[in-house]
Amino acid sequence: MPTATNADDSDPADGIQIDLISGERMENMATMEKIRMILDGVHDGNIVILEEGLTPDEESRLIETTMAEINPEDFNGIEIETYPKSDSKDSSLLGRIMGGDGSEAKLTVIGPANRIETLHKDETLISALVSRS
Amino acid sequence: MGLFTELKDSISRATDRLFSEQEPKRIGIYGPPNAGKTTLANRIARDWTGDAIGTESHIPHETRRARRKENVEIERNGKSVTIDIVDTPGVTTKVDYEEFTDEMEEDDAIRRSREATEGVAEAMHWLREDVDGVIYVLDSAEDPITQVNTMLIGIIESRDLPVLIFANKIDLDDSSVKRIEDAFPQHKTVPLSAKEGENMDEVYENIAEYFG
Repeated sequence: MPTATNADDSDPADGIQIDLISGERMENMATMEKIRMILDGVHDGNIVILEEGLTPDEESRLIETTMAEINPEDFNGIEIETYPKSDSKDSSLLGRIMGGDGSEAKLTVIGPANRIETLHKDETLISALVSRS
Repeated sequence: MGLFTELKDSISRATDRLFSEQEPKRIGIYGPPNAGKTTLANRIARDWTGDAIGTESHIPHETRRARRKENVEIERNGKSVTIDIVDTPGVTTKVDYEEFTDEMEEDDAIRRSREATEGVAEAMHWLREDVDGVIYVLDSAEDPITQVNTMLIGIIESRDLPVLIFANKIDLDDSSVKRIEDAFPQHKTVPLSAKEGENMDEVYENIAEYFG
């Protein structure tokens, strides 16, 4: 399976990589494959945006796995923001961008805790500050 | 629905009732760090058994292991329930040892952060596997709409666990119970101050009624 990120082509010093991952790409993945993909991206300093988010059980396992990987030297966890599920079609920004119907969209933004800070969140906007180091 | 399936469901319901009458329910006390979970757990345990459960502190992640106090019998208004109280570490998605370096030496701060991460993982495991109901404790002086609170309430709901939300620290000037009620209108919110012992009658009435 191809990875969502391609660390060989990017240098963190050049900027910040953002991975927008479609629901279609996630739908056949096992829970730990999804978590591994997210955390590998975050370990590389990337911002990972999921079109359809994770189930509550997957979120629980993401927290658990994140805790196991925290290392005082170089990884202090994740910052995560999610919109609640919406019944209205095409309600999410990414849903519109990716052309999905948006009915199950749970837009989720995940990044390294030491590089992303949520500035504001409401029903229609997630505003985040991303630093390079 | 087939006869066999109906019979199986019927036996399952009867078994559930049998066990629910015999075994104490494990009620997990969950919430973000520094919401007052251990203060609440100690208040309940002292009021009904005379013993405390754990050490309270203003430093986040004082509780780094889930701790259980067994057979706490709570009675109110003719209703009674016997519960095991499970005091869990505060749940978060990040732990930075530098948060603790003002309070302790660096080596101690690193050890505390490592233990804190293990404690959060342990709390999540208890939630998935080992609790029958949840008391979700929030600091009513803080904004309740955080990602951790939203995620945890979602995880609890997805497991069909009964949950009471406790709006703690109502003794603080900035406390707003309404803010918590508005954030989670689908659940009952009970105001209290575990530290000062305010409104504990209503707390015990709700525990006896909701988990009994």
